[in-house]
This record gives sequence, C-alpha cells and structure tokens, in this order.
Amino acid sequence: MSTDARMAPSPAAHDDAVMAPPQTGIGERVLTIIVPVVMLVLAVLVWQAIVTFNNIPKYILPGPGLVFQTLVTDMPILFPALLVTLNITFSALALAVVGGVLFAVLLIQSKWIELALYPFAVILQVTPIVAIAPLILIYAPSTQVALLIVAFLVAFFPILSNMVQGLKSVDHNLLNLFDLYGASRWQQLIHLRLPASMPYFMTGLRIGGGLSLIAAVVAEFAAGSAGAGSGLAFRLLESGFRLNYGRLYAALLLLTFTGVAIFAVTSFVSWLVLHRWHESAVRREN
Amino acid sequence: MTLTSTLDPVAQSSSEDTTSRAVVTMSGVSKVFSNGTLALSNMSLEVERGQFLSLLGPSGCGKSTALRIIAGLGAATSGTVQWPSSTLNSRGLPQGDIGFVFQDPTLMPWATVFDNVYLPLRLARRDRAQSRPRIEETLRLVGLADFANAYPRELSGGMRMRVSIARALVTKPRLLLMDEPFAALDEITRQKLNDDVLMLWRQSGITVIFVTHSVFESAYLSNRIVVMRARPGQVFADLAISTSSERDEDYRTSEEYRATCAVVSKTLHDAIHSAEQTR
Repeated sequence: MSTDARMAPSPAAHDDAVMAPPQTGIGERVLTIIVPVVMLVLAVLVWQAIVTFNNIPKYILPGPGLVFQTLVTDMPILFPALLVTLNITFSALALAVVGGVLFAVLLIQSKWIELALYPFAVILQVTPIVAIAPLILIYAPSTQVALLIVAFLVAFFPILSNMVQGLKSVDHNLLNLFDLYGASRWQQLIHLRLPASMPYFMTGLRIGGGLSLIAAVVAEFAAGSAGAGSGLAFRLLESGFRLNYGRLYAALLLLTFTGVAIFAVTSFVSWLVLHRWHESAVRREN
Repeated sequence: MTLTSTLDPVAQSSSEDTTSRAVVTMSGVSKVFSNGTLALSNMSLEVERGQFLSLLGPSGCGKSTALRIIAGLGAATSGTVQWPSSTLNSRGLPQGDIGFVFQDPTLMPWATVFDNVYLPLRLARRDRAQSRPRIEETLRLVGLADFANAYPRELSGGMRMRVSIARALVTKPRLLLMDEPFAALDEITRQKLNDDVLMLWRQSGITVIFVTHSVFESAYLSNRIVVMRARPGQVFADLAISTSSERDEDYRTSEEYRATCAVVSKTLHDAIHSAEQTR
C-alpha cells in the first residue's frame, strides 16, 4: 500500500520545524533580545537623568545608581529576608499545586461532590484574604504558618478552577473511545483527563506562581511581622519608616526580579510540557 | 452484474446455518433520546462474517445511533444486540472484537502516532515493549511505518484518519465499525482511503459496518447496503451488491458501477420521500 506521505513533509523535516528556533534571519533573532534590553536600559537612564537634572534628594527618589549600590551593600540584610519570602512563596505554591490538582480531581468525580464542595472554594476566593488575615493570625500556631496559609489560599483558586475546567474539557469522542475499550476510571484519569488538562493546568500554574509571591508579601504586611526572620515585606516597611528609600527600592527590585524569575520558570515548564503538541506553544506556520 | 433488491432484511430470508456465521444481531432495537426524539425504531439487522455492510441514509435516520448501540456506546431503549460467536466481557461487549473509527480522527494530540495506536493495548494492560511489533505491523498496514514518532498535529487529515484506522485494527478485531470516517476529507484522499480500506477488508476478512451518506461511497465499498429512512429512523431497504469485476480505478468508471449507483440512489430517494410523506 502506498501512502499519502507525499502530501506532507517527512517527519524529520517536521521535527526540525517544531524543535528548531524560529527560522528567521539572524538579525531578527538578535533584535528580539536587543530591543527589550535597550528599552530597559533607556528607562533606567531616564530615571537617573530625572533625578540628576532636578536635583531630587535621595529621601524622595533615589537614582538607580544609588539603588544598585544599596542592593550590594545591604545584601546581608536583604538576602535573608528574600529567602524567608521565597520560602513562603514556594511552599505555598507547592501546596496550592498539590491541593488544587487533588481537589479538582475530587470535584469532577461526580456532579454532587462538585455541588457540595465548590461553593467553599468560591467563598474562599471571593473573600478578601487581607481582611481575614488577622483571623488566620489568631488561629494559626505561628506567624510563619499564618503567612503560608494566606499565600496558599490566594494561589490555590486559580490552579483549582483551571484544573477543573481542564479535566472537564476532554474530547467527548475520546471519552467514548476509552469507554469502548473498557477503560477504568483510573485509566481514564491518568491517560486521558490529566494529559488533556495540561494546557489549563499550566495557565493556572503561571497565575498561581505570580500570585503566591504577591500573597506572601501582602500577608506579611497584614501580619505586621517584624524583626529578624522576617521577609522582604518587613524590610520594605522598615525602610519606608526610616526614609531609607535606597534600601526600599533595592528590596522592591529584588521582589520584581523574583516575580520575573517565577514567571520565566513557569513559562518554561509550560513550554517543555506543551511545545510538541499544543497550539499555544507551537509556532504558527503559514 | 447481479443486483438483488428486497425490502425484507437479509436476516429473515437467510437459512439456518447463517446464524452461526452472524457476527452481531440486532433485534427490534429502538432508541429514544432524553429529549423524547425517537432516533431508532424497531431495527433488526443480522451482520454476517466477512460482510462489508454500509448503513446509508439521510441525516437523522439513526445510522450513527445504530452503530453506537452496536459498539455499546449507548444503551438501546428496547430490543437486544447479540453476539452469537463472541465471548462477552462484564459489560456485555465482545472483548477486543470491536474496532471503532469516528468521523473525526479522535487522536490524543499529546501522544505520538505510536502511542495513539498503542492506546487500546495499553488500556488492556498489555506491555508496551511486547506490543511494539504488532503496533509497527499495523502502522505498516496503513502506510504510516515512518511516522511512528510524529505527533497528530504534524500529519495531514488523511494521515490522521489512517492513524485512527490503525488504532481500530491493532487489537485485531473481528468487526470494524466506521462512522462516516471520510466525510470531512477531500475527494482525492477519500478515494485513496476507500481503496485502502477495501484492500484491508479483502486481506484480513474482517467484517465492516460503514456508516455513510454518500451513495457513491457505499456503492463502491460494500457488498451489502442497508438504506435507512428518518422520522423515525428505521431500515428502509436491504440491498445485496455483487460485482463481476475487481473494485478499482477501472470499476469507478464502469457501466456496472454507474448502474449500481443508480439503483442505490433511487432507493435512497424513495427512503427520503417516504419519510417526508409521514411528516
């Protein structure tokens, strides 16, 4: 039997098309890196220029030079605080991923389970976490646990709701096919529902990753934790009270870097999982 | 050419020894959907081993519903489906005896061609390494031996359908159910796949039930055409098709094929007309 292979490129050629970086000119590829870098450098230069030419005192707006200098000199203070914040962020994100996925799997088992439990998830989501943070602080055994609970609650819902949506968005014909071959519920979950929900899970992970950092900082503001062993939020407040704006901006810079890094890592994980098959991660070819 | 047309189902006119040759028998099967629509009314059909049977009819005649009931994908409201020569599993279905090809290729986009074809064996808890020779052989059969590691999105529509056929064949089923499998394909790809399915059928002696709304496709492929009518969905005519020559490119342009198409077309027209009169 002959094939209609001639109608499509060979698989090897396809692999190249999928795996290789965009086959644009080398100049364009360099530009995709240079343009954002140049824009960032320009922004920093404009910032420095505004501070210098207007003689703005450093207790109102420090220039980027001073901020970078403070970042280096105050690292012994800022780095331990960053570690505390990172610890809460990633613990909360890990708990939210495990909890969100398990809860989503539980919810889709039956319409009645979903009707019974989903309202609780929604109530937790719509209640302003900052408003209930004082309550959590009272009930939690320690401040660290309270911060963890707050950050978890914030990151949990986007992962849960995306995961539920993903687990339900399975091609009905594929479900029929699994029924036809007598697949067990477990097989259906492992081989069909979980892989099919990956694009949704990745969306939830990217949102949850960013939110868990924000929540870790906001929770610390709300908790008003202070002293050694506190996170970056405490250092932000402290620097503000002392009019040490160089350190305040340095702490902000660290938080921003962390947020960008979390986004980059979760985006990369998403690309790793989806780039062979999902439209969102495959370059359009016309 | 011999073309016999009878309004009696073949099952009723067959002699006793055909009972043992039956692969699947539908008796008085009706299906009412939850919205109250009578999709299928008192349908009886005996499919014999080695037949290439087309279910032909307008949309809404219940041909796909009938196929799904045979596959166990929806329970009949009344009536029975029997498998005289198969061992049944706990769900009342013949274990590993049915292959199903949907209208869409229905492939898992996250899995390679190999893993898509492996799926029925994986669900039967067969070892992946031990299944490899059979999967590769099946891929060769549909002409996709070189595409085992490709992903569905990298393939053309016709090739995806071949993967779907390979997946249906990998369990070596005795009955292949095809639900308008080539309806969405272009004419050239469709004719190619028609020839390939015919060749698979001749080589393997598999029984095929093929749902289509194309007179030309059913006349080209089948040795038996069951024409159905709508409102309610039921069997209108049961045509035995036999040809004197091999079905190939020459047959497509032959007088015999043209005459067969004319008869089938006329029967389909009558089926549609009778449904309109009962509206």
